[in-house]
Amino acid sequence: MEKRSDFVSLRDVSKHFGTVRAVDGVSLDIAQGEFFALLGPSGCGKTTLLRILGGFEASNSGSVHIDGADLTIEPANQRPVNMVFQNYAIFPHMNVRQNIAYGLRKDGLSKAEISQRVDEAVATVKLEGLGDRGSHEISGGQRQRVALARALIKHPKVLLLDEPLSALDKNLREQMRVELRALQQKVGITFIFVTHDQEEALSMADRIAVMFEGEVRQVDTPARLYEAPASREVAAFIGSMNFFDASVVGAEGGKIIVDAGPLGKMSMAPPEEGAPVKGEAVTVGIRPEKLTLGEAPPSAGANAIKGKLTAASYLGERNHFFVTVDGMDEPISVASQNSSPMDHKGWSEGGEVWLTWEPAGARLLRA
Amino acid sequence: MKFQLPSWMRGGGLTTYAVLYMVFLYVPVLFLPLFSFNDGIYIAFPLKGFTVKWYEAMIETESLQAALFNSIRVAASVSIISTILGVLAARAFTRYRFVGRKPTLGLLALPLVVPGIILGIALLIMANRLGIPLSLFTIGAAHVLIATPFATFVMISRLEGFDSNLEEASRDLGETGWTTFWRVTFPLALPGIVASLLLTFIESFDEFILAFFLSGTDATLPIYIWSQLRFPKRLPVVLALGACILLFTVITVAFAEWVRRKGVKLTPKSED
Ligand SMILES: Nc1ncnc2c1ncn2[C@@H]1O[C@H](COP(=O)(O)OP(=O)(O)OP(=O)(O)O)[C@@H](O)[C@H]1O
Ligand SMILES: [Mg+2]
Repeated sequence: MEKRSDFVSLRDVSKHFGTVRAVDGVSLDIAQGEFFALLGPSGCGKTTLLRILGGFEASNSGSVHIDGADLTIEPANQRPVNMVFQNYAIFPHMNVRQNIAYGLRKDGLSKAEISQRVDEAVATVKLEGLGDRGSHEISGGQRQRVALARALIKHPKVLLLDEPLSALDKNLREQMRVELRALQQKVGITFIFVTHDQEEALSMADRIAVMFEGEVRQVDTPARLYEAPASREVAAFIGSMNFFDASVVGAEGGKIIVDAGPLGKMSMAPPEEGAPVKGEAVTVGIRPEKLTLGEAPPSAGANAIKGKLTAASYLGERNHFFVTVDGMDEPISVASQNSSPMDHKGWSEGGEVWLTWEPAGARLLRA
Repeated sequence: MKFQLPSWMRGGGLTTYAVLYMVFLYVPVLFLPLFSFNDGIYIAFPLKGFTVKWYEAMIETESLQAALFNSIRVAASVSIISTILGVLAARAFTRYRFVGRKPTLGLLALPLVVPGIILGIALLIMANRLGIPLSLFTIGAAHVLIATPFATFVMISRLEGFDSNLEEASRDLGETGWTTFWRVTFPLALPGIVASLLLTFIESFDEFILAFFLSGTDATLPIYIWSQLRFPKRLPVVLALGACILLFTVITVAFAEWVRRKGVKLTPKSED
């Protein structure tokens, strides 16, 4: 069967709390079986959007469709959607098995069938042998597994997860990223996953929607979000980037020529949403690891800029530098991998250095 | 060899103080059961011998039985009504953050600290003005007034930290609002409800001042006891009755406290 690319479909969804526009005109299509992340800073409306999908919050306008069915006003208990709450919401008066079986009561199953389904769910999340434990006799990681099993046992069309890893300690969190991803691949259910941790989103998701102030600003694969951010704010939120104010001075053979002040003139690929016109103010963005630091001036024709090394720190697997350039307020951040022991040279702070970069390493962004 | 104080006199006399305190607190109370078994109508030493005849007389007294029955009826109604009100109020206080939450909570606690005699007079005047005849009903209404804050605080302490996500999780898993109440909210609140029922029952059952002001022709047990104190011969029966009430109250309150503490904790252990 063909997998729908608009399995979950949000059209122009908005939710206001008084004057706060928690979710503002969001449209999204999420494919069947996709691991989809909602990423954004605190308060940007991720949880609210997830709760609208779960049926816990009524949107003020817009529509929600799942698998072709209009669920916009469907109550939470009627939706083919289940949720893993941020604090897991394990029922304290029930043991692990009772928690996992909670949602099966209405399905008209026999005792034996329920027991079998619970066993399957317990095995899926690797909780064997803990079924009779009380809700207070399991660890944080195990609570998360109970919450997962309790939701997955319902065979939902979509599983919603609100910051599912944030309650775990760091080591467990990194291990669970891998496990959660593997679990999703195994069960094949569409996962929509909220996080404010970009590393988490990049490492787990098939696609990521970046949200700011209630709006979705970019939806893309992790690699494209990092390599081809659509705007300055997305670029700054995902990883770090050096920004240079620039203006368009012309076009040549499908490329845009910009004048980026101290960086000089350069020719760049236009952004996908359309080429800026001559005279328009734009931004040139270069990630720290796309810059190369050298002591000798580069050969003619290369993109290069001269500066002064103001800080150098050795960080083990990489070195990090700050370089100040005449005519710029902010120092430029440069990162280099320590791929051989020789890379860790004794850079002298205050010395004159050259920065070079590949043309493809610089991105043209709308201001 | 160095002289040492016996252990109970050490610690700057604090132990002594504590022991004396307990003696003054409990010995007079313990005289009640002691003299209720004494074969004589005067409360005086030496004891005259062991008897249960006062208890027999107590059981046979019809006016006492009527008062007991009145008290139970009032206390049962009060405990049910004030617990329902308490559950609803506590749910509002613990679940929602509304304007005036703190002041309302303070106002609610007021009947607990207003002297009973003031409240009694005020209610009596009001009943007269409104032309409400004094009866067991007026006593019950006054008791609901003082028992509801009590029930509310018992329920707040139970529902504090009740995670509203639990109810949402239940709905997420297919239950309606009503079935969620019975499968999640009620079982988790139950220890508080039982404790509240028992404690408000006792509060009404033992209450004297309001009942004294607001009673009509039907007496509750404390009023009956008061009325019997005029007859010296009946004193041993009152002592027997007092001993029974004492025992009943202590057991009920201890049980209520046990139930309240025993219930599952609502918040998970904090993670390490
Ligand atoms: N029930 C509510 N009443 C009023 N305002 C709300 C309510 N829920 C959310 N908001 C507001 O809506 C905005 C979005 O909140 P939301 O919880 O969706 O953010 P979030 O992206 O999940 O943030 P976080 O990462 O901190 O969880 C915030 O400004 C928040 O204060
Ligand atoms: Mg949130």
